[in-house]
Amino acid sequence: MIEAIFTYEFLQNAILSGLIIGLIAPMLGLFIVVRRMSMISDALSHVALAGIAGSLYLSQQVLFFAALNPVYLGMGAAVVGSLLIERLRRVYKSFEELAIPIILSAGIGFGAIFISLAKGFGTDLVGYLFGSVSAVSRQDLYIVMLIAVMVIAFIYFLYKELFSLAFDPEYARVSGINERVIQAAFMIITALVIGASMRIVGILLVSSLMTLPVAAAIQVAKSYKGALVYSILFGEIAVVIGLISAYYLDIAPGGTIVVTSVFILLLVLFWKKVRS
Amino acid sequence: MYMTNSIINLEHITHKFNHSIALSDVSLEVKQGEFWALIGPNGSGKSTLLKIILGLLKPSQGTIELFGGPIDSFNQQQRIGYVSQKSNAFTTKFPATVLEVVKSGLTAKKGLFKRFDKEDEQQAIDALHIVKMADRKDESIGDLSGGQQQRVFIARALVSHPDLLIMDEPTVGIDRQNVESFYSMLSELNREYGIAILLVTHEIDVVTKLATHIACLNRSIHFHGVHADYEKMSEAELSGWYGHPIRRLHQKETEPVK
Repeated sequence: MIEAIFTYEFLQNAILSGLIIGLIAPMLGLFIVVRRMSMISDALSHVALAGIAGSLYLSQQVLFFAALNPVYLGMGAAVVGSLLIERLRRVYKSFEELAIPIILSAGIGFGAIFISLAKGFGTDLVGYLFGSVSAVSRQDLYIVMLIAVMVIAFIYFLYKELFSLAFDPEYARVSGINERVIQAAFMIITALVIGASMRIVGILLVSSLMTLPVAAAIQVAKSYKGALVYSILFGEIAVVIGLISAYYLDIAPGGTIVVTSVFILLLVLFWKKVRS
Repeated sequence: MYMTNSIINLEHITHKFNHSIALSDVSLEVKQGEFWALIGPNGSGKSTLLKIILGLLKPSQGTIELFGGPIDSFNQQQRIGYVSQKSNAFTTKFPATVLEVVKSGLTAKKGLFKRFDKEDEQQAIDALHIVKMADRKDESIGDLSGGQQQRVFIARALVSHPDLLIMDEPTVGIDRQNVESFYSMLSELNREYGIAILLVTHEIDVVTKLATHIACLNRSIHFHGVHADYEKMSEAELSGWYGHPIRRLHQKETEPVK
């Protein structure tokens, strides 16, 4: 495989994108999980599906869209979805979680309409649903790199605010932290990470890479920084093992990455049980 | 007009939820160095009043001044330390050390985009020394007992050097043995550091011994004043305000009555 990596550009794209996603998805995922918002990434990935399906359909109809990378519309749809979730959470103050199934259903609904209109997309769509090693273009890699820079800067500079809001939102509000602005920025960043990750892990499995490594990390970490390091470590292990096995077995990397994450989580839970 | 050492000045606060009155014409002033116990039965509006003081709720009527200025233009939140009920505060499995939690009390004071440095860490350790928890700084917050966690939350409130501590039933969920040492620590903070305290509680007998001032709330203020005047109130007067029989305890009795 090492020789193939040096020979084929698509493999370099896939490996580099995978490693970057293995870093940013669990990194952001920790903040999502501890705030009990795990389902939000699921809802947004389904909204991204609507954007991707819409873009693929339009590419059959309008020349402009034929040249446009579907990732852009997918990402744009996820960003709009994230802002709508925030808006709905305020409308349904007592039933905040209701915003998630509303947006998730809307995403699947629009996705289904576009897929039907286009009479199916074949392998293109399967690649977006479950990820693909061969379909990652150089342009996709650049998008992933750009988003990674944004995510890392966001977490680096707003780490203390994000921690405060995650640990004790009421205290954070009282102490004068502008929750509304930071929360809106956080949702947009989450949508962008979902957009960036879907090429490798696929729309249906992207939320797993944001939650499973974190689920394992919070079992072993004592500190928040520790949980962040473990989340990234488990995420990277899952991506590396997942991509290698996907390459050799010629199957979708989304599946192998997520199944590896599940195994890591089971191993951690087993290790914890044995230790106690 | 407010006094120059006025920290909280509430004038004629009335608050309605839909059509029911939660607070009616409440006026109260807390000055520097005072230790106020705000007591009252369930549903008496204590938490609503705290939310109004903390700026989480806008009253239907009345004015609020914090540190001598109107609440709307108040932007020195670090001067107020807030400790909520332990049960609401966090998920016990949250992965964070004691030191990380205390440092988070400096977040707003530090300002956006700035990261914590060594000096902030030292301030957090100093705050932990005050509540006698410095030796537990690297432990996970979830591994501590309820009383210890509440001490950590006080350290988080103290780390920004506030002039006022506001506490909403901080001993809920803490075992009785630890409650007394918790309250004596509060009393020490008030006496030695001159921090004003506004404490909402159900534990009338324990707190009324420590507080310098007492306010009895049941939608409106039924009594407010210094501790000595509160002691002069008869049990019948207390019961009338509280809504059910209240019996004062003497020193030799061990079980306080709520």
